[in-house]
Amino acid sequence: MGNIIEVKSLSKSFGDLKAVNKISFSVKEGEIFAFLGPNGAGKSTTIKMLTTILTPTKGSIKLNGFDVAKQGNEVRKSFGIVFQDPSLDDDLTALENMSLHGALYSVPKKVLEERTKQLLQIVELWNRKDDLVKHFSGGMKRRLEIARGLLHHPRVLFLDEPTIGLDPQTRNHIWNYVKDLNEKEGITIFFTTHYMEEADKVAERIAIIDYGKIVGMGSSKELKKKTKKRSLEDAFISLAGKQIREEEASNVDRLRTHARMHRKR
Amino acid sequence: MSVIYVMWKRQITKYFRSKSRIVGSLGMPILFLIALGFGFGSIYAKAGGGNYLEFLAPGIIAMTILFTATFSGIEIIWDRQFGFLKETLVAPVSRIKIMLGRTLGGATIAVFQGLIVLIISLIAGVQLANLFLIPIALLFMFLTGLVFTSVGTAIASKLEDMQGFQLIVNFVIMPLFFLSNALFPLNEMPDFLRVIASFNPLSYGVDGLRFSLTGVSQFNPFLDFIVMIIVAIIFLVIGSKLFSQIQA
Repeated sequence: MGNIIEVKSLSKSFGDLKAVNKISFSVKEGEIFAFLGPNGAGKSTTIKMLTTILTPTKGSIKLNGFDVAKQGNEVRKSFGIVFQDPSLDDDLTALENMSLHGALYSVPKKVLEERTKQLLQIVELWNRKDDLVKHFSGGMKRRLEIARGLLHHPRVLFLDEPTIGLDPQTRNHIWNYVKDLNEKEGITIFFTTHYMEEADKVAERIAIIDYGKIVGMGSSKELKKKTKKRSLEDAFISLAGKQIREEEASNVDRLRTHARMHRKR
Repeated sequence: MSVIYVMWKRQITKYFRSKSRIVGSLGMPILFLIALGFGFGSIYAKAGGGNYLEFLAPGIIAMTILFTATFSGIEIIWDRQFGFLKETLVAPVSRIKIMLGRTLGGATIAVFQGLIVLIISLIAGVQLANLFLIPIALLFMFLTGLVFTSVGTAIASKLEDMQGFQLIVNFVIMPLFFLSNALFPLNEMPDFLRVIASFNPLSYGVDGLRFSLTGVSQFNPFLDFIVMIIVAIIFLVIGSKLFSQIQA
């Protein structure tokens, strides 16, 4: 099968900072591909460029055969995404968030209703479907976010740290659903994660990214072999180093925290 | 079409859900209407201007629309902060449709708010000149809403966070309101003020509204209509262009 994502010497700079530095990789159609990397390594920046919401400084991206820089609309028709940070409308109910998404992605009404029910049951929010999202806890919002992201079945599904902060049961449910999508509908899965065992278990191929560069790529087995380590975690540390990374909070993040504090008062 | 509709509906749903916002945003217009309307009423009448409350009411309705519309345009900054904007930016629909839906929603809400102030003006004693001109009044209210929601959208597309908000209120909304014919008759103004007010689109919205509600106007109502249509198109184009360029 051909490559559904092709990235060639992609770079993104913010001022002096090179968030992503000349990376190249490709993902085969129907593959489950994981992006592993420490905080601030450039994972989310790469996903943002792949999903058309950030313009690269240099390099080219082809997704489903379309040029991300020139054919934004066609590219957007080809993928779905679950973001790392919240992207729900807090003033709408869970159900309204789902149907708005369905309308934006032109999911047929009947399919929308069926899948909404099925997905909200998987993430255990079906009995809260008519509650405003602003009354949800962080974990519930995360679950709704994932359910919404799985509502339409695109060619490529991006999951940016999808299971962060979820309990093992929900994580398990979600990965089963995602793997099912991949097997039955041949949807390509591109995800980032901090959980090594998730990457180890789910991903067919893994790219390890650090300081904006890809430092290792291959199947879990290949990575372990290459670094002569027993576990993926050791392989990861051997490739990316032991140092803890500081991630600078963006303006937006800081304001979001600030606004949250205000609302709680 | 359905994208425009769902984005429109989202605005409307959120509007009717926030009762405190509806009531809260009516405080200032009502205060202006009552305090200025009755406060200046007798002086205005003595100066031979006639009924000031009737002169003022369309100006205050337009003010309400100006504020509501600009703020709903600026809501994009909130959506950016709380993340929902991303959801719409990655959707496989043209951003112009998303912008149009939001803007039409904002304009509709602004008309609702304007209608509430109109009803309050009627209670306060304003007499309508001609009931058949109500649809024309609604048209001018909608056009005014459209213009300033687009202005708000254009500004918000360029701003990263809420810190510029005060700047917009003090350097965009307030000048637009005070440097127009909303509070004072144009032909009594000093020349420099009259020139400024003549370049302010709000003046044409107010004038068209004043014509359709009280039968009095300073420009030709047809000119008002043409100006508002042209300005609305210009700002819709600018707004959707800037909105399309937003990066997350």
